[in-house]
Amino acid sequence: MSKETNKEMNPVEPYLRMDRMPHIWCSGCGIGIVVNCFVRALQKSKVDINKLAVVSGIGCTGRIAGYFKVDSFHTTHGRPIPFATGLKTARPDMNVWVFSGEGDLVSIGGNHFIHAARRNADLKVICVNNFTYAMTGGQVGPTAPLHSIATTAPYGTYDQPFNLPFLAESSGAVYVARWTTFHVRQLVKSMQEIKNKPGFSFLEVIAPCPTIYQRRNRLGDGLAGMRYYKERSKVVNGADTRNVDIKLGGDIIVGKFIDRDRPTQLEAMDQELSHKLGDKYVPYPTGVER
Amino acid sequence: MERRIGMEASIAMAEAVGLCDADVVSAYPITPQTHIVEHLSELVANGELDANFVPVESEHSAMSVCCGSSAAGARTYTATSSQGLALMHEILFIAPALRLPIVMAVANRSLSGPISIWNDHSDIMAERDIGWIQVFVENAQEAIDLTIWSFRIAEDKRVSLPTIVNFDGFILSHMIEPVLMPDREQVQDFLPPFEPLQRLDIDNPVSMGPVGIPDVYTEAKYVQHKLLTDAYGPIVETFGELEKHFGRKYRPVETYRADDADVLLLTMGALGETAMTAVDERRKRGQKVGLIKLRLFRPFPYKDLLNAIGDKPVLGVMDRAVSFGGPVGPVASEVKAALFSARKHPLVPEFIVGLGGRDTSIADFHSIFDDLFEAAERDTTPDPRFVGLRE
Repeated sequence: MSKETNKEMNPVEPYLRMDRMPHIWCSGCGIGIVVNCFVRALQKSKVDINKLAVVSGIGCTGRIAGYFKVDSFHTTHGRPIPFATGLKTARPDMNVWVFSGEGDLVSIGGNHFIHAARRNADLKVICVNNFTYAMTGGQVGPTAPLHSIATTAPYGTYDQPFNLPFLAESSGAVYVARWTTFHVRQLVKSMQEIKNKPGFSFLEVIAPCPTIYQRRNRLGDGLAGMRYYKERSKVVNGADTRNVDIKLGGDIIVGKFIDRDRPTQLEAMDQELSHKLGDKYVPYPTGVER
Repeated sequence: MERRIGMEASIAMAEAVGLCDADVVSAYPITPQTHIVEHLSELVANGELDANFVPVESEHSAMSVCCGSSAAGARTYTATSSQGLALMHEILFIAPALRLPIVMAVANRSLSGPISIWNDHSDIMAERDIGWIQVFVENAQEAIDLTIWSFRIAEDKRVSLPTIVNFDGFILSHMIEPVLMPDREQVQDFLPPFEPLQRLDIDNPVSMGPVGIPDVYTEAKYVQHKLLTDAYGPIVETFGELEKHFGRKYRPVETYRADDADVLLLTMGALGETAMTAVDERRKRGQKVGLIKLRLFRPFPYKDLLNAIGDKPVLGVMDRAVSFGGPVGPVASEVKAALFSARKHPLVPEFIVGLGGRDTSIADFHSIFDDLFEAAERDTTPDPRFVGLRE
């Protein structure tokens, strides 16, 4: 981007690789809103983007890593969390964010998800949940609501979907929230909160997929998706995550469900080994700048 | 009665699996294989195929499910591509070692990185030594025929080994072509019901997949090698059966205008069709070029290949994958190994083409033919060439 340009600029632009625009997301898709919210959160918290990394997996949401003008890595399917764990371990001073879809994070990468949460890896994980493998054409995914239609479930799914906040909480995440792409202010606020929170923070963002999921399930266009979120979302902060599962045509419980503290993976290692080894133990050089 | 119909190759392949009455299909979505399993899940959901479709959470799980269902005696099918095949890698070795006759389609696609969803043979070349029977097809008709045949050869009790049908992603998988689709009766005449060599059976317990101590491991591997090598006989025999039932002829190595050719070119997969057109064009100019098409990749048909090459002075080999820092072209490397035992062997110029979806045009074939004639004239082998490389 040339500095001498006078044209009015979208405030998001300095954070994006504008040479890669236009992006591949469909009109009405919710992923762009997540990108916008993330940029607002970064602007509000005055984050040094040189100390920030974005890691993504495969799928529509996986494209985020390629569009952000920060250190970013587009991993193979399901692997953003272990990649991010390695990155954070080698560079504890960095703020490491994972952006990926539910078909990446809790399906092919599901094992990584629960174990990173269990160890309390110091990662901020944003899962954009659009209820289907959208990039590959709409096969049944791990959060597809019961009875919803997918190309591999032409008469509706019969497998129980994951309730992601419940999964994250039970696995050990220290921060768990869910918003839809209608809740942009709350989403920005949650992102600001987890930016400074040590440990495994999980944010589920319900996002419309008019092209694949909504069309197949007769749920209307992108606007209809947003209207649904507006009318059917219920904010219940602190809700019991056991009760926030999503049903086809049902209410969507949103809010901040969990905000608790426990040692991160590296802190736990330092604590345990300092205790056992005393002065012999050399603590891990964290150099955290929050 | 077979019906003549226009159909996408992937759908045609899925229809063929339906005609074969598969019992279990397990898969994970990956481009460009998706249409096969999407269509199969429709057939299952519509009650047109009495099978169970398991939409698992990864390809590693898909192949594991396939091993389990095959071990229980179910006719089992899956399909994948690229990273999905790579993720299956661990389990791919288990299926032939346990003699589980799973049939799998691989819609061939490049491997990351950089991330690429497009067609080449990188995925399958990395799985060369998994111990499966492997064939390559050129068009939708071959995809149908060899899918049906795969169940027959895989389940042949002399063989009982898993089988892969390789078909090029997008350039074949997404192509709509006229095909002759056999009917159920024809397929049932050709393909007997699945009677597994052994199965997990509560009344006759067997133990599958236990530890092989150093005392037995070598023998187990020897038997596996011998089984796959000896599968050659049943493969040729069942190709003959296929011809009898469906009227279309398949051979481990096929040739096109090769008999009187001055130079030969070897291809695998869908490029064979473009190659034939290029050969015809060259022949019109009075230049005798011929084509060898490697249909059977495992077990490798050494004798057929040597017979097809004869005493021709030059054999160009096209590769759609790279063996980095090694022999460059994996297929060329195999071909050269086959030729090493021959009394006299041709020059083998190597061409890397069509990586990551790069188009291979008729003009590219002509540039390759030019190289082959030049090699013949100079009697020297040129360095391997990445065709169409931008420097």
